[in-house]
Amino acid sequence: MGGSNMTIHLKIWRQEGPEAEGRFETYTLDQVNEHMSFLEMLDVLNEQLVTEGKLPVEFDYDCREGICGSCNMVINGKAHGPKRLTAVCQLHMRNYSDGDTIVIEPARAAAFPVIRDLVVDRSAFDRIIEAGGYVSVKTGSAPEANTLPVDQFNANKAFDYATCIGCGACVAACPNSSASLFTGAKIAHLNKLPQGQPERKNRVLAMVEQMEKEGFGDCSNFAECEAVCPVGISISAIAEMRRDYMKAMFDDN
Amino acid sequence: MPSLVEAATSQVGRKLLTGITGLLLLFFLFFHLAGNLTIFGGEHAMNIYSMTLHDLGWPLWIARIGLALVFIIHAWVGISIWWRRRKARPENYHVYSSKGEPSRQSLSSRSMAITGIILLIFLVFHINTFALGDTGTVLIDGREVSDLKTLVIETFQNPLYAFGYAIIMLLLAAHLGHGIWSSFVSLTMKSRKCSDLMYTIGATVAILLALGFLFIPLYIYFTGGCGAMIAGSQCV
Repeated sequence: MGGSNMTIHLKIWRQEGPEAEGRFETYTLDQVNEHMSFLEMLDVLNEQLVTEGKLPVEFDYDCREGICGSCNMVINGKAHGPKRLTAVCQLHMRNYSDGDTIVIEPARAAAFPVIRDLVVDRSAFDRIIEAGGYVSVKTGSAPEANTLPVDQFNANKAFDYATCIGCGACVAACPNSSASLFTGAKIAHLNKLPQGQPERKNRVLAMVEQMEKEGFGDCSNFAECEAVCPVGISISAIAEMRRDYMKAMFDDN
Repeated sequence: MPSLVEAATSQVGRKLLTGITGLLLLFFLFFHLAGNLTIFGGEHAMNIYSMTLHDLGWPLWIARIGLALVFIIHAWVGISIWWRRRKARPENYHVYSSKGEPSRQSLSSRSMAITGIILLIFLVFHINTFALGDTGTVLIDGREVSDLKTLVIETFQNPLYAFGYAIIMLLLAAHLGHGIWSSFVSLTMKSRKCSDLMYTIGATVAILLALGFLFIPLYIYFTGGCGAMIAGSQCV
């Protein structure tokens, strides 16, 4: 591997369990290649820790190609690190300079309890989805594709909202720890499509209720969520959610 | 299906309420500023304005009660949002920073709760000073009416009041700088272009409103209440 190597100082949140008291530990890596991804840099750290007989830093990851949403962590105070439209796994060390100190913390929210180190329990999102983020379809052979026309405009909109990977960066970055962007995107995605119409009303009411039950905060229109979203979902998703909520309350159909 | 009360107090409902009440309060501020500026009108303009308002009778009371309700809802929802936010993140980040554009995090947006609470406390003092203040009377067309104008001019001779009001008005500008735009977003403004335009308009209106309000106490203070712009005032 070509490219230059640098020394990186790390200050990482270590917490042994959900109830344990957490603290920062500092580490120094001497041979960080600029072409490494952020997670590869953490892999190098963990190899070093294991060699020293210490416990590795736990962090979530799966695909490492920016589509699974597992790797959300807060780097120098920013969810997914410094680059816009980039998940941590797609962030490269060339964005840092020799001698930099990087502070890494887990996403912090009452609804996202820390499991260990940088790993948080995001099952609150699953419960919001269970409340209404689905469509009921008849099983059996696939329907004829053209029996359900979707106009281009709504298809595009629905797709924009469907790109949400549920990473939780919106919650992590929101000063209020609100899950409005996630919930809004999931509602708008299905409510824009014909398949989502039968459950449209219940979907928005139930998902909004569940979001609150999970202990997420209110939206204050900071729009920080849009800035950190690795797939660039706009806060218009939240406006869609508010509109759908009003429609569900006041529209009899 | 939630009841109307449950819907209004849901996370979506709370935001809609803040937006609606916020805009109503903004309309009230325009009206209030227009009333204040009557001090630069004719000799009796301000007292005639105040007399006309008081002569309205019961509609004035309906407006007052309505306005009080709007204030209470806006403050209550705002404070409850702030309260929930503390519970939603029991342990804060040790390092936190905004990722910048398109984020709307700013001193203005981050201090909404603080500026809001200061404005609420100010409101109590403000009503006590002027609405419930001890005015003398003045004869207008043979009728004895309360002399609000003199009370205003006398009050702002005191530097504590003049500069205190001016500073509070800067906080109002900060509150509205995020608040006006945020009201429209809460009331489901979606388009990016509208949003960007509205942000500029909102911030401009916030600054102009605040300047309008704070000009009066400062003008009165620095001219000793007998500036050329105030007709018929005697220097106190």
